[in-house]
Amino acid sequence: MRYLRAVSVTVLSLVFAVSLAVFVQAAPAEKNIILSTTTSTQDSGLLDKLIPIFEKKTGYFVKTIAVGSGQAMAMGQKGEADVLLVHSPDAEKKFIAGGYGINRRIVMHNDFIIIGPSTDPAKIKGSKSTAEAFKKIAAAGAPFISRGDNSGTHAKEKVIWKAAGTKYEGEKWYQQTGLGMGQTINVATEKRAYTLADRGTYLALKKRTDLPILAEGDAILLNVYHVIEVNPAKWPKVNAKGAKAFADFMVSPETQAIIKTFGVDKFGSPLFFPDAGKKEENLGK
Amino acid sequence: MDLIYEGIKQAIILIFAFDPEVMGITLLSLKVSGTATFISLFFGISIGTLVALTQFPGKKVVVSLINTGMGLPPVVVGLFVTIFLWRSGPLGFLGILYTPMAIIIAQSVIATPIVMGITLASMQQLPKKLRLQTLALGATPLQSVWVLIKEARLPLLAAVMAGFGGVISEIGASIMVGGNIKGYTRVLTTATVMETGKGNFEVAIALSIILLVMAYCINYILTHIQQRGRNF
Amino acid sequence: MVLEKDNILVARRIRVEDRGFVILDVGNFAVREGEVLSIIGPNGAGKTTLLQNLAMLQKISNGEIVYRGKKVGSGISANEYRRSVTMVFQETLLFDTNVFENVASGLHFRHVNKGDIEKTVLSSLDLFGISHLKDRSVRTLSGGEARRVSLARCLAVSPDIIFLDEPFSALDPPTHESIVTDLGRILRGSKITAVLSTHDRSEALRLSDRICVMNGGRILQIGTSGEIMNHPVDEFVAAFVGAETILPGVVGKTSDGTISVDVGGQQIMAVSDAVAGQGVVLCIRPERVALSVEPRRDSTSERNSFKGTVSEVTSLGLYYRVTMDCGFPLTAFITPGSLTRLSIERGSIIYPSFKATAVHVLKR
Repeated sequence: MRYLRAVSVTVLSLVFAVSLAVFVQAAPAEKNIILSTTTSTQDSGLLDKLIPIFEKKTGYFVKTIAVGSGQAMAMGQKGEADVLLVHSPDAEKKFIAGGYGINRRIVMHNDFIIIGPSTDPAKIKGSKSTAEAFKKIAAAGAPFISRGDNSGTHAKEKVIWKAAGTKYEGEKWYQQTGLGMGQTINVATEKRAYTLADRGTYLALKKRTDLPILAEGDAILLNVYHVIEVNPAKWPKVNAKGAKAFADFMVSPETQAIIKTFGVDKFGSPLFFPDAGKKEENLGK
Repeated sequence: MDLIYEGIKQAIILIFAFDPEVMGITLLSLKVSGTATFISLFFGISIGTLVALTQFPGKKVVVSLINTGMGLPPVVVGLFVTIFLWRSGPLGFLGILYTPMAIIIAQSVIATPIVMGITLASMQQLPKKLRLQTLALGATPLQSVWVLIKEARLPLLAAVMAGFGGVISEIGASIMVGGNIKGYTRVLTTATVMETGKGNFEVAIALSIILLVMAYCINYILTHIQQRGRNF
Repeated sequence: MVLEKDNILVARRIRVEDRGFVILDVGNFAVREGEVLSIIGPNGAGKTTLLQNLAMLQKISNGEIVYRGKKVGSGISANEYRRSVTMVFQETLLFDTNVFENVASGLHFRHVNKGDIEKTVLSSLDLFGISHLKDRSVRTLSGGEARRVSLARCLAVSPDIIFLDEPFSALDPPTHESIVTDLGRILRGSKITAVLSTHDRSEALRLSDRICVMNGGRILQIGTSGEIMNHPVDEFVAAFVGAETILPGVVGKTSDGTISVDVGGQQIMAVSDAVAGQGVVLCIRPERVALSVEPRRDSTSERNSFKGTVSEVTSLGLYYRVTMDCGFPLTAFITPGSLTRLSIERGSIIYPSFKATAVHVLKR
C-alpha cells in the first residue's frame, strides 16, 4: 500500500515536471518560425546544413515542415506557416496574386530529370524533348510513377504532360504514390518504372537506386526554388520578422556560397545552383 | 540481403556509438510517449473507474463510445488535433502546433480511450461485493476506490503496456502535429519514415531496432512486475 | 419487555424494491446489545439484503437506522457508523496481497499507527489460530483459511456490531465445525453484538441468543431459540425450524385449557385456549415423539398415544427419521441403537406417544 502510494506520487510529479518542461520550451512563440517547404530540400540534406547556421546567427528556432509545394502553399494560405521555400512557379504566382504571400525571391535552381529502368522499354533516351519522351512512355504504356501530391515536382510533371498532349490520368501504367520525392524514387526503383525527379534528391539517393537518368537538360525541366514570406497583413499571427530574416538569410551571399558547394564533397557535383538576384527568365541560358 | 546485413551492422554501430542524433530522437520518443501515457493513465483510470463504479442512464452508450475510442485511428486524431491547434483554430492561441507538446496531446488522446477501456473492463471484472466489503471495513468512498484500483492493478498494467505500445509506435498523429522537425519533434517513427525516404536505410533500421528493443524492454519490465504480482 | 435503551440497533421501515418486486420490507427490527442474533430463512428470503441495509452498505431510500439512539445520517454520519460496525460476506472477498495486509486493511482505513496495527493484527490472527499464515499470499490459502482470514480481518477493527452473511457456507464438514466452534467461542468471549444470516438452523441454534425467521423479504418471527422451536407463529416457521409434523384439524371438546383436536378422525390432545369448532394447525417436533413396540398403559389426557404403521425410515447421519401413518402422518427421530432394539422397519406396527404440551397449536 505504501509502496503504491509512493509510486503514484512519483508518477504524478513526473507528469507535471515533464509537461512543464515541454511547455517552457515551447513558450517563446515569437522566436519560432514555421518554414513550410518541399521534401526535396529536406531529403537532400540542404536544410539540415543551413538551418543550424541561421538559428545560431539569429536566435530564431525554425520549425521545418517538409511537405509538397502544394501543401506548403496551402499552409501559407491559411497563415499556418510564416515562410515558404517552394518550387512550383505557376502556383506561386497565383499565391502572390491572391495576396497570401509577399516578397517572392529566387533562391536557387536545379533541374528535373527523367529516370527509369536501364532497359528503357519506351526508348525515351535521345528524345528531342521531354514532352516527346513522355509521349513515348504513354505510347508504350510503360509504368510511370507520379508523386501525385501537388508538390512542385508533381506540378512540373503535369506541365510536361500537357505539353506532350497525351492522356495519362487513370491509365493503367500511370500510378501515383502520394509520397515525398525520396519515397517515390524508391517505389520507381522497385517497380522498374519511369519517374520525374529533382536532381538534388536523385543524387542524394544515388546509392540506393539503380535507375539511370534517361532524359535531362531540356528548358522545361528547370526547377526553380523561391522563398516567399507569408503576408502578415492577411494573417496577423504570422511571424513576419522571423520570416523576413529567414528569407534574407536564404538569399544572402554567405548562404548562396554554401548552396553553391553543397553536395560536391558527397556526390561530386553540386545539388543546387545559387540564383539570388537573378531573373527566372534568364536561368539556364 | 546485403542491404539488411549492412543495415543491421550500421545500425548497431550507430546505437553503440551513442550517435547523438539517434540518442536525441530516442530520448524524445520516450519523453513524449511516456508523458502521453502518464496523462492517459490519469484520465483513463479516473474516468474508467468512475464509469465502472457508478450507475447512470446512458451508461451503455458511454461504454460503447469508450470501446470505440480504443480503436481510434492515430491519423484521425492527428487531423483533428492539427485543426484545433492551427493558428486559426480554436486552440491556436496556445501556439503549440509543431511542438512536442502537440504530439503529447495527440498521443494522450489516442492512449486515453485505450487505458479507459481496459480500466473499465478490469474494474467491472472485480467481484461486485468487493466495494461493499471495503466500505464494511470502514473505508471512505475514496479509500474504497483506491483499494479497487489496487485490486485491478494487474489488468491496469496491461493498460499501461497497451497505451504506451500504442503511442510509441504511432506515426500518423506524430508527423501531422509534430511536423518531424529535426532535433525538436522528430521521434523514432517519423524519423524512420523520413530516413527511409532519404534512402538512409541503415539509420532507418537503427531507429527501428531501438523502437523494438525499447518496446520489448518496457513490456518485459511490466510483465515482470505482473508476474511477481501473480506469485505474490 | 425489552427497553429501547437495551437495543444497540433499531431499523424501522426498511423497504427495498427491485423493478416493482419487493425484496425487503421490514417494519421494525431491533438488535440488543451484546447478543448473537441469527437470521434464518430460505434462499431469497432477503437475509443478505437486510444485513447490507443494516450495515449501511446500500443507500437506504426510506426508513431509518438508529444506532445507540442516534439516527444514522443525522445523529451520526454514515461513514462514522460504518466504522463502528463491520460485515463479513458470504464470499471471502480477500484483497490480493498477503494475510497480514488483509487483516490490517480496516486499520489502515482508520489511519491507525503502525505499532498498533501490528499488535492488533497479530492478536486477531491468533484469535483464529492463523498466526502462521501471516506472510502468506491469500492466493495460496485453502477455503477454510481464507474464511478465517476474512473473519479475522473484520474482527481486527474491533467492531461494535458484526454482520455475518452466511459465514460458514461452502466449507467441508470438519472445517465448518471448527470455524463454527471458534466463532462461537470468540463471540461469547467478547462484547461484540453479532447478527448473522444462515439457512442452516442448527448453526443458528448453536450460536444464537435469539433467532429471526425471514421469508419473502419479511420478518415472520423473532424470539429465543426455545420460542421459535416450540412456539412458531405460523406453519412456514414451524416447517422451517423443523416441526416435521404439521397437521390441520378442528377443535372438538375443550376443558381447562386442554383441547381435543380432530385430525383425520383421530383425537389429539393439546394445550391451548382455542374454542370448540375452531380450525387449528398442530405442530409436533419429531424429537418430542416417543416410540414403543407395545401399547403404553399410562395413557392419560396429558399424553397422546396412537398405533401406527411405519411408512418410511430415513437415515439422517446421527439419527433416523421414522415416518408413520397413525390415521394422520407423524414423524419421530430415533437413535440407531433404539432402531435396532425396537427392530423398526418399513411396515412395522408401532406405538408413538407425545405429551399434550408437546403439541404447538396455531390458531387459524
